[in-house]
Amino acid sequence: MTDILKAIAINDEGFMTDPGQWTKEIAMTIAKLEGIDALTGVHWKIIDFCRKSGEETGKAPTLRTITDGTGVTTKELFALYPKGPAKKVAKISGLGKPEGCV
Amino acid sequence: MKTLLILGAGTGGTMVANKMTNLLDTREWRIVIVDKEETHYYQPGFLFIPFGIYQPTDVVKPKSNFFPKSAEVIYADIELIEPEKNQVKLSGNKTISYDYLVVATGSHIHPEETDGMMDGWQKNVFDFYTPQGAANLHKFFETWDGGRLVLNVAEMPIKCPVAPLEFLFLADWYFNKRGIRNKVELTFATPLSGAFTKPVASKMLGNLMESKGISVVPDFNIMEVDNSKNIIRSYDEIEVHFDVFVSIPVNKGADVIGASGMGDSLNFIPTNKNTLQTEKWENIFIIGDAGDVPSSKAGSVAHFMLDILVDNMLDHMKGHEMKASFDGHANCFIESGYNKGLLIDFNFEVEPLPGTFPFAGVGPFRLLQESYLNHIGKMGFRWIYWNILLKGYDLPFVETHMSMNGKQVLVQEPA
Repeated sequence: MTDILKAIAINDEGFMTDPGQWTKEIAMTIAKLEGIDALTGVHWKIIDFCRKSGEETGKAPTLRTITDGTGVTTKELFALYPKGPAKKVAKISGLGKPEGCV
Repeated sequence: MKTLLILGAGTGGTMVANKMTNLLDTREWRIVIVDKEETHYYQPGFLFIPFGIYQPTDVVKPKSNFFPKSAEVIYADIELIEPEKNQVKLSGNKTISYDYLVVATGSHIHPEETDGMMDGWQKNVFDFYTPQGAANLHKFFETWDGGRLVLNVAEMPIKCPVAPLEFLFLADWYFNKRGIRNKVELTFATPLSGAFTKPVASKMLGNLMESKGISVVPDFNIMEVDNSKNIIRSYDEIEVHFDVFVSIPVNKGADVIGASGMGDSLNFIPTNKNTLQTEKWENIFIIGDAGDVPSSKAGSVAHFMLDILVDNMLDHMKGHEMKASFDGHANCFIESGYNKGLLIDFNFEVEPLPGTFPFAGVGPFRLLQESYLNHIGKMGFRWIYWNILLKGYDLPFVETHMSMNGKQVLVQEPA
């Protein structure tokens, strides 16, 4: 299952370093490693937003940017991506660590 | 006459006024600085007030002591910034036009952003990021006979990410001195995965917390304060009980940034992290914690930004290419109680590492390790702040860009 990840650049903390290498298959593989077995429509809505935000700003959106931009509440976000949703969704979307974490 | 307008006369704004006054031709330029408050607060000192180490009077001086003579000072509320018109509206129907603008309006706490936090506000829910909150907490602690003290960071980023750790270290010491440490439970509930933002420091500071009997609840993203049950609850339904709750509430940039449509969702202005120019407006620069630069939001960082900002703004004024580049340098003493402290020195790329500072092998300060001399450095910093830093002078032996001198590079163990 993780063979697909061997070909891409990932840093020590598990974030992809080249968002250009990202594919939907990679997203699904990383999601499984993060404990999310199946990505639903709402999961993808959030991933799509993060990809777009990443392309525009060059960085991963913070939790607040995601909730403001998608209309998904923080509570729902935690249900979809348990524990740290901003970090988790950044990983799955092939972006770096959200800079709110400095 | 051209105008350099500085909004905010805290650490960053005051330093810029002092530095620029010597660099701009006063026949051609006037420097105007605006702030609503006449008192300058030594913000790193708020930490010591709850424990009676500093009194509220120890952290204040009149702002007017620190302005250059040539600067025009206006005490007023900043009501609206209009970057497209190069002007700023102030209270009292005053409008100022500018050629260059430096925004130094800082970051501020917003307890109302967290559900239920205002219910027990300043009764059994406190902050120590305001002088009033710190003083109220001191009064509370003086008569408290023990129980569960929970400290929480609501959301990153916050001003000074080491202050919560210092607070807990000092609390451990304070309650020990009062003879009730065995009756006090100290808990740190943090949205981070550990004690600090970066791995090596997080591990070392985490160990220090453990040795002092402070428990850490990691990945705790606060949803609400339930004051009827004395509980804080996270978005994933983890509950932590408290008797006294000390919060570092959501930090946001100034309201006027939001009102002027210049900020992100937290009212921080999108800023080029290397040039310190705003992303959107060529003649607007940011110092300190008003921007979204991914460095610590602390006074030492504002100090290291100063030289970069000044060089780049002067180059831009002359139509030259901006060459100075900020590296995210931060240098912070961490008070750890019992007259000891640690020191960390880092930037965007290099996380805090152990070693000696500023000289390899010699020190005299020790990085990421406790020492008496680090504590002396921390306590001596107040004098340096008032007398050197605010005036825009260079700090002794500390360079604008971070140096690897004295740092031990740790070899990553294979996973």
